Amino acid sequence: MAPVFFDHISTTPLDPRVFAAMTPYFTEWYGNPSSHIHDQGQAAQKAIETARGEVAALIGATPAEIVFTSGATESNNLAIKGVAAANAGKGKHLVVSEIEHFSVLNALIPLRNAGYEVTMLKVDGDGRVDPDDVRAAIRPDTVLVSVMHANAEIGTIEPVSAIGRIARERGVLFHTDAAASAGHIPLDVREAGADLVTLSAHNVYGPKGTGALFVREGVKLAPMLDGGFQEMGFRAGTENVPGIVGMGAAAGIAALEMDRWAALLRPLGKRLRDGIAASVAHVHFTGHPVDRLPGHVSFWVEFAEGESLLLFLNVHGVMAASGSACSSNLKGRDEEDLVASHVLRAVGVPSDICTGSITFSLGKGNTEADVDAVLGVLPGIVKRLWEMSPTYLDYQKRIAQGG
Amino acid sequence: MAGPYSAKVMDHFMNPRNVGEIEDASGVGEVGNPACGDMMRLYLKIEDGRVVDAKFRTFGCGAAIASSSMLTEMIKGKTVAEAREITNRHVADALDGLPPVKIHCSVMAEEAVKSALDDYEKKNPA
Repeated sequence: MAPVFFDHISTTPLDPRVFAAMTPYFTEWYGNPSSHIHDQGQAAQKAIETARGEVAALIGATPAEIVFTSGATESNNLAIKGVAAANAGKGKHLVVSEIEHFSVLNALIPLRNAGYEVTMLKVDGDGRVDPDDVRAAIRPDTVLVSVMHANAEIGTIEPVSAIGRIARERGVLFHTDAAASAGHIPLDVREAGADLVTLSAHNVYGPKGTGALFVREGVKLAPMLDGGFQEMGFRAGTENVPGIVGMGAAAGIAALEMDRWAALLRPLGKRLRDGIAASVAHVHFTGHPVDRLPGHVSFWVEFAEGESLLLFLNVHGVMAASGSACSSNLKGRDEEDLVASHVLRAVGVPSDICTGSITFSLGKGNTEADVDAVLGVLPGIVKRLWEMSPTYLDYQKRIAQGG
Repeated sequence: MAGPYSAKVMDHFMNPRNVGEIEDASGVGEVGNPACGDMMRLYLKIEDGRVVDAKFRTFGCGAAIASSSMLTEMIKGKTVAEAREITNRHVADALDGLPPVKIHCSVMAEEAVKSALDDYEKKNPA
């Protein structure tokens, strides 16, 4: 069977139109935007300003509020550490959800070491933060609330507008990581009450190595890198011109086509979910049933381990992701690096079960035939793993004994 | 196929040898815990101090299943004393190596042998 890519949450294929837009900025227009005295530099500068406008338009921002970075990891680091450093005079307390990406959670480690305090917000069984918990967590010395727009692993969309309103009322800056969601579902930074928003290009058919941070005008933010005065002083270093052009093109396409993609992906996701529910026993879907990313289906299967599921799926040409401990860090140094997904633990999935989780994330190139192909192989793969599993055997024996 | 695992690991994962149970096993070993992501049950049939059959059931990742499968191949025909000499290193080497984070899967195989042989010796005191 033809390969099926159901791992768009990890990355997306570059849209050929984006590639076409980027191409001239490698060999033809190679200028440095800071060299705006000559034609090459001006062409580069014009290109990144056009891209800035396209990215701003996607989220209802003004161009001057868009800072280009190397990707969502840098944007999250800049938001968290930059706000903490620039606002230490007000206080040293941050409020962050426990299901954030590692580039948020791990950015907190040096802050804690430097004497900052962090309140971690719990999520409910669907993976949602309760805005009332945000209200309760804010203190006079709180400088930042950070809650993601949507979670990549379980697909849940967070109530960012309600959270943003609370932060605004209390005079606290609000950051949301929209790496998994921007360009897939609508996001208006004013409506969300967001002061900082993390964006990724490669999650929305743009190039890898480029991202952006929306920084609302007037927000106090310290840069992470010392150097030149690029990106309004927030991000030193010669701009990645082809990447930025690609991000702009991807944002422009997403703004026009997002609704069409969602109209394709929601029924495909439903077909996949319904098909799995009908053909695989002992399946438990994760994340919010309704408020979730389009074409995102996440679940765990009892008595089957996640990495084994992924390996077998890949042999059948199906590429997916897992929050499984065993597949979480195959390049890690030792087994200490094998930790069950913090997201699945946060939504209350027992750690023995976290190991069986699968995330199918569909993209604009997927079809009904892809969904049906996956549904054609998944039940057999699960059955095969069950037949090897001592825990499934014990379960069957219990059933046979009427237990 | 490129990827984290050797061709041998993938072969034993895709086509595991000796999956199943032995009804009248001489010794049964169980190690690991599904909470840790893997669990192995090893059944040994021992006659005249020699392993004549071995079967397994494993819940776990590709490396855990391949280690279990390889172990059952290696242990058949060995005396109890020889079987006790099998180490995780032997299993990992026979699989043409495992990624560093997966070495514990071969350790699980070694521990399963010890556990099954302990069970056998408890049932058959010398």
